[in-house]
Amino acid sequence: MSNQAMPTATSRARASLAVRQGNAARRQRTERFVATLLTFFMVVASIPLFLILLQVVQRGWNVLSYEFFTQKEFPPARVGGGYAAGFVGTGIMVLWAGLFAIPTGVLAAVYLNEYGRGPLAAAIRFFTDVMTGIPSVFVGLAVYFLLINATPLTFGAFPGAISLGVIMLPIVVRSSEEILRTVPDELRQGSLAMGARKWQTTLKVVLPAAAPGLTTGAMLAVARAAGETAPLILTAFGNINIVTDLFNTAIGAVPLQIYNGARQPFAPGVERAWGGALALLVLVLLLTVTARYVGSKFSKIGNR
Amino acid sequence: MTVTDTDTDTTPSLRGRGIGRFADRAFYLALLGAGLSVLLVLAAIVFRTTYDAWPVFQYQGFWSFLTGTEWKAGFERDSFSGIYGAWPFIYGTLVVAGIALVFALPLAIAVSLYIVHYAPQRLKKVLSYVVEVLAAVPSIIFGLWGLLWFVPTVLQPVSNWVSSTFGFIPIFAGPVPNVNYFHAGFVLAIMILPIITALTREIVAATPMSEQEAAYGLGSTKWEMVRAVVLPRSVSGIVGASMLGLGRALGETIAVLMLVGGSQRWGTRLFFGGDTMAAHIAATFQDAAPETITGLLGIGVVLFLVTMIVNMIARLIVWRFGFRATGDAI
Repeated sequence: MSNQAMPTATSRARASLAVRQGNAARRQRTERFVATLLTFFMVVASIPLFLILLQVVQRGWNVLSYEFFTQKEFPPARVGGGYAAGFVGTGIMVLWAGLFAIPTGVLAAVYLNEYGRGPLAAAIRFFTDVMTGIPSVFVGLAVYFLLINATPLTFGAFPGAISLGVIMLPIVVRSSEEILRTVPDELRQGSLAMGARKWQTTLKVVLPAAAPGLTTGAMLAVARAAGETAPLILTAFGNINIVTDLFNTAIGAVPLQIYNGARQPFAPGVERAWGGALALLVLVLLLTVTARYVGSKFSKIGNR
Repeated sequence: MTVTDTDTDTTPSLRGRGIGRFADRAFYLALLGAGLSVLLVLAAIVFRTTYDAWPVFQYQGFWSFLTGTEWKAGFERDSFSGIYGAWPFIYGTLVVAGIALVFALPLAIAVSLYIVHYAPQRLKKVLSYVVEVLAAVPSIIFGLWGLLWFVPTVLQPVSNWVSSTFGFIPIFAGPVPNVNYFHAGFVLAIMILPIITALTREIVAATPMSEQEAAYGLGSTKWEMVRAVVLPRSVSGIVGASMLGLGRALGETIAVLMLVGGSQRWGTRLFFGGDTMAAHIAATFQDAAPETITGLLGIGVVLFLVTMIVNMIARLIVWRFGFRATGDAI
């Protein structure tokens, strides 16, 4: 109902809004201001995170070589050598931690999803969630007092693996339960209707259907465990020699070697720390990205 | 008609017979065992540590263990001779985690609002993906980067400038060592930002579409909709998420250890080179005598109690909010 000449519909709408509401211009300004501000925050927040990735790649790139993965570390002032001791140690401990935590975690998740009603299941859910928040250094202390202080065991791969396993366990339980929940009930009903028992249904129908998704949780947990430093200081203790024993010999790990390399003054040791950081970062990001990819594929199938 | 015991054997049954009947039972018990193992592990941890830390609390007195400001390691095997006051570490932990949260929380909320409501459709997925992947970067890498590049190149000049400009305010007073509360807290903020964002994004995204559309229908601009609908709905969830982030920041060890100073003292200045509970445990454990290890366990138990309380409250808040926050990151 405006008496001005209006060339287009949009400008007419804008003008009429401005005519009817005196504050429209201010509201539009606020809107633009907030949008700009939030975009700005987004950029600010991403700068340091991308700087980390960039610099770890930049400074670690030249260090990585065949020797870096096959030789043990030289004294900090000497050039060359590598993190073989750390890679072997991390590999052994993460492997055993996974063997402990992944089956237990998946079974616990199956319990929660297939049987989990009542106060006991609620308690398990709640404490699983709470357990993800235990400081990792405290897990290390607890494992030290449970396994090393109270038994004849000494520092080594086994206590290290157990402490990593305790950190992995709640992660596996939670993500596995999420995945199991997306398995359609029709599959279970179909299997039960064919006369299969509950255990057959679970093992032969539900778990295979969820298998790709379950690897998601396992990979995220492995990624988390591979990067843990603090609990290993208290349980694995660190070693610059390559150790393959499971018991009674202090063992190295990549994060421990990075930590030791970073806080000493000699350039070759520091360079190796960047190299170790790059190797660790690539490992963790590969695991995480693959896990996310598999997980997103799977949740699409589950929802269909 | 009465059914006698013998009849049950001859009744046709879909449930089958024989060993299969026990298989379900056994399967259930195995699963139950796995479920219980979570509780058992937690119980073992709690009881063992509390039991073993008891002597140091008795020796020092629980209250003076918490409030004592002097930490003097002893070297006895079976008795105590040191002085164990954990206040410098407790204080440092609270300060560093507080600094981290002050920087990370507002940014996390802004970033999640941007991702959910303002980002171009194509960017949305990519950004939330990137946030979740970044949350997985190990803390040792943040520590290394912070110690060797970020602090000397960026943070140190900024802190020097702040200290020389606002040094007349006691909290900003110099000197500024290269490792201190502020530097540890700031790097920690960068570290927990993706972790908190992963949670707040989900909470912000959970606002019902109908309420958003109602706000738009009444003529709201996007920001007015966010302010009137999204934020009020998300407050409790954001509180929960930030407490989960706080729990993470309180217990963070290695990145903080490399940047906080390790002085075993405390100071009210922002740029004081102090220490935190987790950092002190990790830094001195390998050289500690048995009695001091017990002392460190005492610090660990206090740290555990604080983070557990924070975590439990946070979980209850987030649960009441209606869903379990994804937890992939946390």
